[in-house]
Amino acid sequence: MAIWFTRSRTITYYLKRKMGFMGILNQDSCSNSYFESISSSSSSSSSSRIPDVKNSSISRYSSAFTFLVHRFKSTKTSGQLDQFYSSDDENSQALDFPGGKVAYISEMRFISESNDKRIPCYRLLDDNGELIEDSDIDQISKEVAVKMYSEMVTLQMMDTIFYEAQRQGRISFYVTSVGEEATNIASAAALAADDVVLPQYREPGVLLWRGFTLEEFANQCFGNKADYGKGRQMPIHYGSKKLNYFTVSSPIATQLPQAVGAAYSLKMDKKDACVVTYIGDGGTSEGDFHAALNFAAVMEAPVIFICRNNGWAISTHITEQFRSDGIAVKGQAYGIQSIRVDGNDALAVYRTIRAAREIAISEQRPILVEALTYRVGHHSTSDDSTKYRPADEIEYWKMARNPVNRFRKWVERNGWWSEKEESELRSSIRKQLLQAIQVAEKTEKPALGNLFSDVYDLPPSNLREQEKQLRETINRHPQDYPSDVPM
Amino acid sequence: MASCLRRYGRRLSVSICEKRELSTACEGKVIQQQQQQQQQQTAKLLNLCSAINQALHLALETDPRSYVFGEDVSFGGVFRCTTGLTERFGKNRVFNTPLCEQGIVGFGIGLAAMGNRAIAEIQFADYIYPAFDQIVNEAAKFRYRSGNQYDCGGLTIRAPYGAVGHGGHYHSQSPEAFFCHVPGIKVVIPRSPQQAKGLLLSCIRDPNPVVFFEPKWLYRLAVEEVPEHDYMLPLSEAEVIREGSDITLVGWGAQLSIMEQACTDAEKDGISCELIDLKTLIPWDKETVETSVRKTGRLLISHEAPVTGGFGAEISASIVERCFLRLEAPVARVCGLDTPFPLVFEPFYMPTKNKILDAIKSTVNY
Repeated sequence: MAIWFTRSRTITYYLKRKMGFMGILNQDSCSNSYFESISSSSSSSSSSRIPDVKNSSISRYSSAFTFLVHRFKSTKTSGQLDQFYSSDDENSQALDFPGGKVAYISEMRFISESNDKRIPCYRLLDDNGELIEDSDIDQISKEVAVKMYSEMVTLQMMDTIFYEAQRQGRISFYVTSVGEEATNIASAAALAADDVVLPQYREPGVLLWRGFTLEEFANQCFGNKADYGKGRQMPIHYGSKKLNYFTVSSPIATQLPQAVGAAYSLKMDKKDACVVTYIGDGGTSEGDFHAALNFAAVMEAPVIFICRNNGWAISTHITEQFRSDGIAVKGQAYGIQSIRVDGNDALAVYRTIRAAREIAISEQRPILVEALTYRVGHHSTSDDSTKYRPADEIEYWKMARNPVNRFRKWVERNGWWSEKEESELRSSIRKQLLQAIQVAEKTEKPALGNLFSDVYDLPPSNLREQEKQLRETINRHPQDYPSDVPM
Repeated sequence: MASCLRRYGRRLSVSICEKRELSTACEGKVIQQQQQQQQQQTAKLLNLCSAINQALHLALETDPRSYVFGEDVSFGGVFRCTTGLTERFGKNRVFNTPLCEQGIVGFGIGLAAMGNRAIAEIQFADYIYPAFDQIVNEAAKFRYRSGNQYDCGGLTIRAPYGAVGHGGHYHSQSPEAFFCHVPGIKVVIPRSPQQAKGLLLSCIRDPNPVVFFEPKWLYRLAVEEVPEHDYMLPLSEAEVIREGSDITLVGWGAQLSIMEQACTDAEKDGISCELIDLKTLIPWDKETVETSVRKTGRLLISHEAPVTGGFGAEISASIVERCFLRLEAPVARVCGLDTPFPLVFEPFYMPTKNKILDAIKSTVNY
């Protein structure tokens, strides 16, 4: 290694700046011949370029150094590794290293792979919808609570009816959010309209909360000419620029590093807004998840990562997905504050995301939220989950831990909701949904030109040529092509 | 160790012993008349690295919503292409990222989708593969899949590519063909400093995501007069850089200088070669190549990337489709071998001048 260093002037220069940054060169008693040899080789080879590396580099980076130390302190959360940071005061000797001093110990200790206790789960409502005693809940208005409940019901009913439509062969595919209504709706309710959402694909409730109409959902699923995606993507790949909801793409976790870039843009524009991005438990195994968390921490980007830990990635159980204590524990390794919340407790999710948003924006930093929930439905309409998980497990989460029922009990207990309102809501939503599906089904498909547009801002010559050829082929063999796509 | 190896590239780039000649016969058609006049007054001799650096300065200067980032870009980059940018534009706009290519491109897509110009650097084209998914499934389809609600057209990914004399497997690759199979992105490769500056500025300002491969062999070796002012060269327009009547040669990037030497030698044997710089690989300028082949009746394509599945195959097929009856010989391809890029055997692997010259002769005498 040492031989290598002397071979490159630039690298030596760079390293010296870094070393100065660490503060090592600053020590008068620097007895480290290793670094001295670097510094001498460098000054002999490039003295004209760097007249006084030690002093200039230190003064140049002194502010950055202070900043780093400060940041290290502020990211320290309630110490789960406290027992590891021994209270021994034998640490008269410490290594000055980027990020802060590192104590030396002479006893060899490996960091445990897990903590004695699992990270607790924040909740406010018990399974019966009773507010936990002494919980420090903010006031939530009747209006917001009722809207949250209504949207949860709407989402549930949309899932039921669209799922049926798929089963009848009217749409090609569908994915339900059953079991995760609270995570969807309550997180959306806690955000502002300016907050930018980069979804995975099981968060249509966020879009619903923001005002995407049932007609708009249906248009996308039917891929008709009113679909904003122009019939190009499978059902459930919604997107709405006006509602700040990036278009869904199927690949898992790709949206996460993008969310960091979007958040960096908000940060540079000094916007009073953050980015919120969603991921499932399976997605946390993707490289993009780790890339995103690390980037977000380093860039200090105002982004909230919401992981819906629903237990299953298609048929892969979380015990086959990771050996960590879920997702929340991963935050600390990246220098990100994290929290575990009961994803089936709408109040707790609401409160958590409100707080996360506040921190993300005011402190300009990322937050990781792990919502414990359950995918009550199959992964998609192409999946039969009874093949790989016990029916009673599904039943338990569907009934005993149902997030919609739990929230309803609380709203009813407050006197904000009644059986009459319930049946009126359900019959009205049902009518709207059937109407939306009927209209969407009858609306014509996007015209053929949409096959070629939007690949680039303008179609290049190869696409113009291919469109011309295709149209000629269609004229010769009209029977080969769907008749419902206008030419 | 990985980062050491990566940084090794810098040494590679500056310590090349074999000299390459460079085509400078490129002005004229592409730059408008009035610009040309201005250029006479304010052009300076620059190498390709400095030309890139100048383009980045101009990009950041002319658009306050533009950002430059990647591994080690802050101190100037391992090839020094980003020298002086942090000092001039601040560390909010020019910054290091963690060592993670998928993160860099993903971050760039998000930044671009918010209406910014995101200029991302991948330290070596050999390391672009972790970002392949972000480029292919995300950047390329961003506009299409959203029905033009969202786009990441402000994204430009710069990556040094190609042989440098002793870069071995992982500091030498030419991965352009992978990206030429992806509708929705553009792939651009410049051949000289002047071209690099004008094309890079076009890529940065183009409303589509672009992968811009820089011939790292030429970073220091290629020196030519580069206009100091802000200028852009059109994308998807090939350029005839040498006119001839017996055979058409098509190439891009660093390979053009080798091809030009072959043209010069062929001329001594009485063979008149027409040399075309494709510049933009997708969407590519088929018409210019077609016009030339209609005139010469022969075509040779040369690139450093392995011959099988290389972009030469696409050009060959397209031209055969269009000019079958005009062709007087099979289309020739002089390319890299179908092996991983070798270290000791690099001189054997490369599509050298004499390999090209032989192919020119056998095609003309077919």
